[in-house]
Amino acid sequence: MNGRFRNTMLVLGLGFLYIPILSMVVFSFNNSRLVTVWDAANSPTLKWYAALLDNAQILGAARLSIEIAAATATGAVVLGTLAGLALARFGPFRGRAFLSAMTTAPLVMPEVITGLSILLLFVALEQAIGWPDGRGFLTITLAHITFCLAYVTVVVQSRLAGFDDSLEEAALDLGARPATVFWRITLPLILPAIVSGWLLAFTLSWDDVVISQFVAGPSASTLPMVVFSKVRLGVSPDINALASLMVLIVAVCVVCSTLWMRRRERQRQREEQMARAAGG
Amino acid sequence: MSDAFARLDRRARGLLARVRGRNLVIGIPYLWLLLFFVVPFLIVFKISFSEVRLAMPPYAPLFEQAADGSRMVAIFNLGNYGYLLTDSLYFSTFLYSLKVAAVSTLLCLLIGYPMAYAIARARESTRNLLLMLIMLPFWTSFLLRVYAWVGLLKTDGVINNALLAAGLIDQPLSLLYTDFAVYVGIVYSYLPFMILPLYSNLEKHDLTLLEAAADLGARPVTTFLRVTLPLSLPGVVAGCLLVFIPAVGEYVIPSLLGRSDQLMIGRVLSDEFFANRDWPVASAVAIVLLVVLLAPIMLFQRYQNRELEAARR
Amino acid sequence: MAEKQVDRTREYVRIESVTKRFGDFVAVDQVSLSIYKGEIFCLLGGSGCGKTTLLRMLAGFEMPTSGRILIDGQDMASIPPYERPVNMMFQSYALFPHMTVERNVAFGLEQEGLPKAETAQRVAEMLDIVQLGAFAHRKPHQLSGGQRQRVALARALVKRPKLLLLDEPLGALDKKLREQTQFELINLQEKLGVTFIVVTHDQEEAMTLATRIGVMNKGQIVQVGTPTDIYEFPSSRFVADFIGSVNLFEGRLVDDEPDHVRIRCGELEAPVFVSHGISAAPDAEVCVAIRPEKILMSRTPPASGENRAQGVVIEIAYMGDVSVYLVRLDGGRVVRVTAPNVERHAEDRIVWDERVHLAWHPSSPVVLTN
Repeated sequence: MNGRFRNTMLVLGLGFLYIPILSMVVFSFNNSRLVTVWDAANSPTLKWYAALLDNAQILGAARLSIEIAAATATGAVVLGTLAGLALARFGPFRGRAFLSAMTTAPLVMPEVITGLSILLLFVALEQAIGWPDGRGFLTITLAHITFCLAYVTVVVQSRLAGFDDSLEEAALDLGARPATVFWRITLPLILPAIVSGWLLAFTLSWDDVVISQFVAGPSASTLPMVVFSKVRLGVSPDINALASLMVLIVAVCVVCSTLWMRRRERQRQREEQMARAAGG
Repeated sequence: MSDAFARLDRRARGLLARVRGRNLVIGIPYLWLLLFFVVPFLIVFKISFSEVRLAMPPYAPLFEQAADGSRMVAIFNLGNYGYLLTDSLYFSTFLYSLKVAAVSTLLCLLIGYPMAYAIARARESTRNLLLMLIMLPFWTSFLLRVYAWVGLLKTDGVINNALLAAGLIDQPLSLLYTDFAVYVGIVYSYLPFMILPLYSNLEKHDLTLLEAAADLGARPVTTFLRVTLPLSLPGVVAGCLLVFIPAVGEYVIPSLLGRSDQLMIGRVLSDEFFANRDWPVASAVAIVLLVVLLAPIMLFQRYQNRELEAARR
Repeated sequence: MAEKQVDRTREYVRIESVTKRFGDFVAVDQVSLSIYKGEIFCLLGGSGCGKTTLLRMLAGFEMPTSGRILIDGQDMASIPPYERPVNMMFQSYALFPHMTVERNVAFGLEQEGLPKAETAQRVAEMLDIVQLGAFAHRKPHQLSGGQRQRVALARALVKRPKLLLLDEPLGALDKKLREQTQFELINLQEKLGVTFIVVTHDQEEAMTLATRIGVMNKGQIVQVGTPTDIYEFPSSRFVADFIGSVNLFEGRLVDDEPDHVRIRCGELEAPVFVSHGISAAPDAEVCVAIRPEKILMSRTPPASGENRAQGVVIEIAYMGDVSVYLVRLDGGRVVRVTAPNVERHAEDRIVWDERVHLAWHPSSPVVLTN
């Protein structure tokens, strides 16, 4: 494939990815209610941001979403780490193939199926044992953990696969019991994967609308649910402001972490080069 | 150690093979997934054979007393599946969903492949930057990014306004609520899922293979078609499955951007469930969708396992 | 190196008909072996011969399918790796990447629950011994290959194990460094009095390090002996061929006396005379092994009517210290001969296509009966 062709495609593709986001950001400063007509006389303005911060429904939903996302990410990280550890380090065991299937299927399962099936489980459970009593925070979190756990498992598993198991064997050989090996060797080594797994699960939960719609009761509305019902009725400018804020936060976090990781990587390469040059 | 021996050795080994608490580590996620992922499918399966009732929950009990009153028997009512078969609406909806997913996947591949290739062959320092640029939209809200296209594609939206102002068109084009808008939405949302597996495959290629092909007299096009493309097939398959499978059941994108006279199956399922409160039919739709997607899902799992095994060597 | 005497009364490790299967594959097949206190025992073999698996069973990472392993008289069957009086140096070194050199070395002592001060002191001592005191606060990726190797060694030795297992200890080092490190290893072993079991595929490494070598093939130990034994008196064609290079001739025993034998080989014009007796049936099919450096090559025919051959030089490879000659005998067989390059400018060096006579001493051939 010709170098100029693929670079052109890369630039066009990146444009395709970023133009919609940019247009949202630009129009979030637009004075006009008509979202897409630029009111040059009175723009830019921050009034939609002000409106957003006054909107109790959106703020409440955002709060609920953050709580659910944090609980989901934490739960998914614990379960996903266990599953990743079992799959990557325990060798063959009965049911390994099944566990592996159960942790990869949710990655591609259409959300409507996951949402419907887990709701029907909650309904059946409630009928049978009276739990969960009603739907809301708890049911959304349980459903989110279930589909996020698959992502965490894959991330942890591939990080573990990148490490030689002789590291853990060496620790055992030096007299550490298996629990000590986990806390002092395995956990520190997979910590980056756990952190990125947590962030991934947080984002997926924060973003989910379909599964939440199934398992949320009438009382609980997450932010994506509120946004979805708003935008189904047409465009509204305060959503542009909301989107811009989220883009800003994410962009700052992602750019900072990428720069930090790059600096660390460079530092590491320099040190390795020096060690090689020193020889001996 | 020879490769085959090392593999055998590793499979048989299992470092923590004799550790106490090992069953706990396996058991907790296992039971969780069993309860919240597998059992729900069984319930959906069972309810798909039930009848709708005006009650809560709105379906006939799954078990009824036998005629002699002595025991409970499971009721299997094929009516819902018969309904799906006889009403051509469902068939055409399935077909339409598969078509939309297939076309979007192909578009993703055509756009994503050159992009992934360009990133894989970029200088190492720019590579991470480009990957970050690909991933950044993924971390921002999916819903809001789809919503952004409403503003772009509307009759009085940014694109039409721009084209009118440039004098390229006299009448605004109807872009929103069309198949085109759905393709744009799906390609836009799923493009990173196509690019990432392709990138991680292309990035691993040994560049001397290209030099060898060139040395043996192959032109760049031939080298691409006969060396690079075949080697990247696993990445192509993974990327396509990651886009195709969720796209078939996509709900949000067609709801915001798609036609109102031709729904996709995810929307139909959700309408049956929420609007019609016909849980048994919704369950039957889910089961049929699952059966249709079973083969691609299993293919994806095979690929995923191979990737993870390969990383271990 | 000069051979050290092994005190055979002090058996430390005893392996009793140990077998290890992975599915249908037999990795270790009925191995029995005794290893004595203070020796450097090398397990030598090609890839997949089972040597690493045997080592891993000693460390406790694998369980024998059948058979017993005793260390210091104690059966290891139910003892997990973290309770064995054994430490291992891994081929990859397996240094913990998130810990400094000092923390790596201290790790094992911390598991014993030693007081902090004592741990620190022993770590410092050990780092001095391996000359890494100045690198205590570096992370593994900031070290060169040789330094990493010494950290791995220090980490295993600081626990004062009675037995140290080394898996290809020098495999990751380049040639120069490898030679230097070999002697450091031997010195350290003598100083600390630890028993070493070394797994290697490199015969030179085994020859230099070992007090005794166990040659492995297809999961079995095929010969155990001192380096000299293994080289000069190989017990089978496999060992003769695997260690160094050798010329093998098929033949038939024609004269079998207590103090000498005579063998007729189809590929040699004259009979082979061997100045010691062997235990084989008269008229038996045997194999004669002659090392290339034990064959003398000259332009003039040898005096003896036995242990001789003649042919044409078809290939010469100059290796610096020695030259290797390939000589095609009149019968067609090609024989390998090495000769030291004693003089710098030898005027009358043997050249290509020259006709030469070969001869060897009656003590040189080894007769292999199996």
